[in-house]
Amino acid sequence: MAARQETVARVEAIDVDAYKYGFTTDIESEKAPKGLSEDIVRFISAKKNEPDWLTQWRLEAYRRWLTMREPDWARVHYPPIDYQDLYYYSAPKSTPGPKTIDDVDPELLRTYEKLGIPLREQEILAGVETRKVAVDAVFDSVSVATTFKEELAKAGVIFCPISEAVQTHPELVRQYLGSVVPVTDNYFATLNSAVYSDGSFVYVPKGVRCPMELSTYFRINEQKTGQFERTLIIADAGSYVSYLEGCTAPKRDENQLHAAVVELVALDDAEIKYSTVQNWYPGDSAGKGGIYNFVTKRGDCRGRNAHISWTQVETGSTITWKYPSCILRGDNSQGEFYSIAVSNGHQQVDSGTKMIHLGRNTKSRIVSKGISAGKSQNTYRGQVSAHRKAEGARNYTQCDSLLIGHDCGAHTVPYIESKNPSAQFEHEATTSKISEDQLFYAMQRGLSAEEATALIVNGFVRDVLQQLPMEFAVEAQKLISISLEGSVG
Amino acid sequence: MLEIKNLHVSVGDREILKGLTLTVKDGEVAAIMGPNGTGKSTLSYVIAGREGYDVTQGEVLLNGENILDLDPHERAARGLFLAFQYPVEIPGVATMQFLKATLNAQRRSRGEPELQTPDLMKRVRDAAAKLGVSQEMLRRPLNSGFSGGEKKRMEVLQMALLEPSVGILDETDSGLDIDALRVVSEGVNTLRSPHRSFLVITHYQRLLDYIRPDTVHVMAQGRIQRSGGPELALELEKNGYRDYIAEEAA
Ligand SMILES: Nc1ncnc2c1ncn2[C@@H]1O[C@H](COP(=O)(O)OP(=O)(O)O)[C@@H](O)[C@H]1O
Ligand SMILES: [Mg+2]
Repeated sequence: MAARQETVARVEAIDVDAYKYGFTTDIESEKAPKGLSEDIVRFISAKKNEPDWLTQWRLEAYRRWLTMREPDWARVHYPPIDYQDLYYYSAPKSTPGPKTIDDVDPELLRTYEKLGIPLREQEILAGVETRKVAVDAVFDSVSVATTFKEELAKAGVIFCPISEAVQTHPELVRQYLGSVVPVTDNYFATLNSAVYSDGSFVYVPKGVRCPMELSTYFRINEQKTGQFERTLIIADAGSYVSYLEGCTAPKRDENQLHAAVVELVALDDAEIKYSTVQNWYPGDSAGKGGIYNFVTKRGDCRGRNAHISWTQVETGSTITWKYPSCILRGDNSQGEFYSIAVSNGHQQVDSGTKMIHLGRNTKSRIVSKGISAGKSQNTYRGQVSAHRKAEGARNYTQCDSLLIGHDCGAHTVPYIESKNPSAQFEHEATTSKISEDQLFYAMQRGLSAEEATALIVNGFVRDVLQQLPMEFAVEAQKLISISLEGSVG
Repeated sequence: MLEIKNLHVSVGDREILKGLTLTVKDGEVAAIMGPNGTGKSTLSYVIAGREGYDVTQGEVLLNGENILDLDPHERAARGLFLAFQYPVEIPGVATMQFLKATLNAQRRSRGEPELQTPDLMKRVRDAAAKLGVSQEMLRRPLNSGFSGGEKKRMEVLQMALLEPSVGILDETDSGLDIDALRVVSEGVNTLRSPHRSFLVITHYQRLLDYIRPDTVHVMAQGRIQRSGGPELALELEKNGYRDYIAEEAA
């Protein structure tokens, strides 16, 4: 209960425009010239000292992208994005690439400290937490530090910026990059393939249980700069890894573009747990500024008995367009999607998942909790399909929406498709409001309106919070309360 | 002590309470009896601070302080408790968690130290045992899937933990079988003290066999029509509310 109390204290301590990660870091950066062209693609590739095959891969993506149209089927509205008015590469001058922690610009270390992400291993070890978490810190277009690399290497786990993996493990990158989300997949993924700058790379060898949680922390700092990160995680046969992703950005009046791609590959009997707490700047109470978050995340259960689970807590961004999905290719493989999507102010969320059942006896489970407040719109969009050969496929979908106030909207758009008669899909959906009755009852027992709302919302999302690693769950709970600040009374 | 003075309350254009006056002294158990739809629940909600009611005239004093401008949680922290006629379900929030949150919220606003989990668990267990509330129920989400009787026990359990100076029981007897009625009434009786007042709202005389009131007040048409001792309840049992309704209409 200490955590809840703290939540309440924090909620009380902030005003309506309460985004607390909105500070900027004053640091000189090196940028590519504004705009997008083959030259810019080559510039980025050259900055990363990439082999020719990768440069060509990017260029192909770029040429393809020029022929594509921005998708418009999601329930989100925003003015056209001027792709020539953005910077596609920005790196802190002092730390243009990963270094040992002592060489990282202290200003950057302070930034991450302020965000609650200590990068010095000894500081982490000195902390009260007993569990260690290895962090890859990505600042604008580059990874600035990765912790616990050596300790992980002892277990055979590779955890490094993807730009580094291209140099040190080119064969792995070449084999798997684009193998889950093909270059041609969709407008934003194709753009990402052309201009992605950095992100994390993980390889867990056969039979290894990764000895600690891995995490990447993304920070957008520069103005008018798109962040296009690329994450690739490979869990070899019989291995296990739990991976956490966190993100924040400064408050800026203009909208910033974030178009990431995450690819997961789980081979025979391997398991990947991927958790996200997304807290990009959501814009101010008038709807000005904020991150456009167009993300393609997909996991491929490529082997038998493979298991991939996505858990996401989405509180930030002005627009969220995101459908972490599972391809259940291996027989008996399992996919899971647990989601809490909170929208307030003028935020627009269109998020959900796809579960594509290809193999026999594949199982999937979807639990989605949408909370809408203010003038926001919150859409769950989900697809469950069974291929002809997906004998015995099973899906269970539970989709709950909670409305706070009268000016917001919740929408559920499920697509279900089965080409195999033995497939069994179940779908349950509810929409409810925090009732006057509940609020008054809790207040009569001594809780303030804010405390009462936080408690009721926490009850609503409990099933999903339980899926998160402990420390993250507490953090997520606080974040949800803070995001809903100003929505009561 | 609870003092209600010339209370007028409207919902929209409709006046429901029409100049209600009633005092419940320290240590007193007062019963309000009246026909359905006469405004008994409205009275309890207005005392507890629910939104949606316009107080057009009058005062409500809790231990001498006018509480009408306070939020519900502020009234609660000052010692007011309302056992609901229809307790509310809060899905996903474990009962124990709810009890802890509310108890400590009240303690915080009174400037008292919060209870640590072991101390709190012990208090809850002791109180639960007396009311026949199982450990399993404490782990379940508050009131979710509880039977009518279980919900009412849970209300009395909360009252026992929060130790209010004024407890209002709104038709706590409705939906209870005779055994549950006995347990719940005993729970209330053990809380009786010279420093605590109760306002027991009921439609039937039956509850007053178990919780013996000091005073009985007949409410009809938004007002107290008559006050007396326990014998008044027996008279009502025999004659019903006919006279009071007729009187008003005349
Ligand atoms: N929120 C409300 N809106 C409109 N009418 C109400 C509201 N609350 C109570 N009433 C009306 O006021 C009258 C008294 O109701 P209530 O206080 O529940 O009576 P009792 O508890 O004595 O049965 C009823 O006619 C009821 O319909
Ligand atoms: Mg009533």
